[in-house]
Amino acid sequence: MDTIDLRLKGDDAAAEAGMAGTGVAGTGVAGTGTGVAAVAGMAGATELTGAAANARAALAAGDELRMETVGLSVRYGTGNYGIRDVSMAIADKRVTALIGPSGCGKSTFLRSLNRMHDLAPDITVTGQAFLDGEDLYAPGMDAVLVRRRVGMVFQKPTPFPTKSIYENVCAGLRLVGVNKKSTLDEAVERSLRGAALWDEVKDRLKTPGGSLSGGQQQRLCIARALAVEPEVLLMDEPTSSLDPNATIRIEQLIHELKEQVTIVIVTHNMHQAARVSDYTAFFYVGELVELSATKEMFLKPREKKTEEYLTGFFS
Amino acid sequence: MKLRTRFLRDRLMLVGIGLLTALVVVPLFIIIFYVVANGFTALDANFFTQELGSPARAMQGKPTGLAASIAGTLLIDLAALAMALPFGIGTGVMMSEYREHPFAPVARLMVSTLNGMPAVLMGLTAYALVVKNTGGFSGMAGSVALAFVMVPIIARTTESVLTVTPWALREAGLSLGLPRWKVTLSLVLPAARTGIITGVLIAFARAAGEAAPLLLTSFGNNFLSFDLTKPMDSLPQRLYSLAISPYKQWHELGWGGAIILLLFVILTFFIGRVAVARLEKRMKG
Repeated sequence: MDTIDLRLKGDDAAAEAGMAGTGVAGTGVAGTGTGVAAVAGMAGATELTGAAANARAALAAGDELRMETVGLSVRYGTGNYGIRDVSMAIADKRVTALIGPSGCGKSTFLRSLNRMHDLAPDITVTGQAFLDGEDLYAPGMDAVLVRRRVGMVFQKPTPFPTKSIYENVCAGLRLVGVNKKSTLDEAVERSLRGAALWDEVKDRLKTPGGSLSGGQQQRLCIARALAVEPEVLLMDEPTSSLDPNATIRIEQLIHELKEQVTIVIVTHNMHQAARVSDYTAFFYVGELVELSATKEMFLKPREKKTEEYLTGFFS
Repeated sequence: MKLRTRFLRDRLMLVGIGLLTALVVVPLFIIIFYVVANGFTALDANFFTQELGSPARAMQGKPTGLAASIAGTLLIDLAALAMALPFGIGTGVMMSEYREHPFAPVARLMVSTLNGMPAVLMGLTAYALVVKNTGGFSGMAGSVALAFVMVPIIARTTESVLTVTPWALREAGLSLGLPRWKVTLSLVLPAARTGIITGVLIAFARAAGEAAPLLLTSFGNNFLSFDLTKPMDSLPQRLYSLAISPYKQWHELGWGGAIILLLFVILTFFIGRVAVARLEKRMKG
């Protein structure tokens, strides 16, 4: 319940910054809260800047904050910043799209949300990323546990080549110690149905995952990510290697999935962002330029830069 | 340049490459042919069932053979493989999957050094470590020496095979919340298994042909023994001692032994290839 306290604090900060609409978002969120007292210490550690409050203010009334970053930067070695000082809010059970030209840091940002940068020794992440008010980069926070809660689907379908469809889906479960056949069977069916793949593969669960078509493989990867029941699902250009039909299927799927899971999707197709997302964040040269409700951004962007990008002024 | 000249150049290049390849392959066939021609007559039933015994046995025309060497080779090599596998693959995994670990660069340097080290030094090391400490020559000491030969080869190939395994595979595993060691063991290694198997076979075949490391360790034994704690015979080393012996009968046995050793190595590769092809087929479905 750390979040609640953070939100209140954020609202204050936003109010100071004179942000319009903050009050609405604030009340909407705060109204759902309980147990505020539990987290006084936490909030003390989090100095919300104007930008962070700003990000929260972008969330519509009634939408709950699920993830949040405060001053998050990712740096390669001692040189370039992949992203710089990004403060962003992600609403619960909504689809947030990250758009921007190549190299703008949208994938870098996405990958910092489940600590995928950990394995690269020359990448340093500074700032904070919260999931339900817990800082994912706090000392003692286990990256493995973070990734169990924040799943990911990649640009290219990556079925495990040595495993069957069935084993692909239950790989995550099996490796955390779930081995009961009935539980696995149930999870496989649920996940494959969730990924709209069940009807196509139910009769050949034992065949290798690599024998499926590209679009099916991507849905298999989604099923695999869903099997461990993540709270947030990150998608890194999930349709960029797929044909239009497969793309439409995945987009439909995203619509269905947001009932159960919070989705953050990177896309360099603006139209896709417009089609699938509730919120859109526009990144440019490593910085978050604008976070708005998707409709709002595409109809009347707040920032000049956003408008230029959306109208094809640059790409 | 005229099209015709280009065409001729292309042809010329192909002929050149073909010639060079022939220069490599032809001597190999000469060796095989020569060995088979000389040793063929030695391969009777006794060859596979009798132990060598003393030179007198061969001189008097009593049944004699290389059963001890064949059995010894199999035992020593397999024991060496069993010892080398975990170390070799473990080191390879360290070098590829844990690059940031302080051990990794050290391991890489050592593996390169060991790869270039003369095999007789591996024998000396095993002599100092095992023979001296256990109080005598033994098949086990020979296995340790051969394991020293195998480890750097296995480690090197494991590293290079793992390095070319797509990074995406690891990320996919990690994104499911799997710890790194599980990603390595259950995803990366299985995906690279055909390459690793090939590397292991190369190491095995290479070690199976080594005589030098065994001279100072398993020592040799004219009589059949299945006891790895006692001196034991092996084909490469027996070939050497038969070849320098003054007995014509033993020379013939030696040629026969060479055929078996060749067959052993070729079979190892053949079985390996078949296994790899099957695995790949199963993976693709």
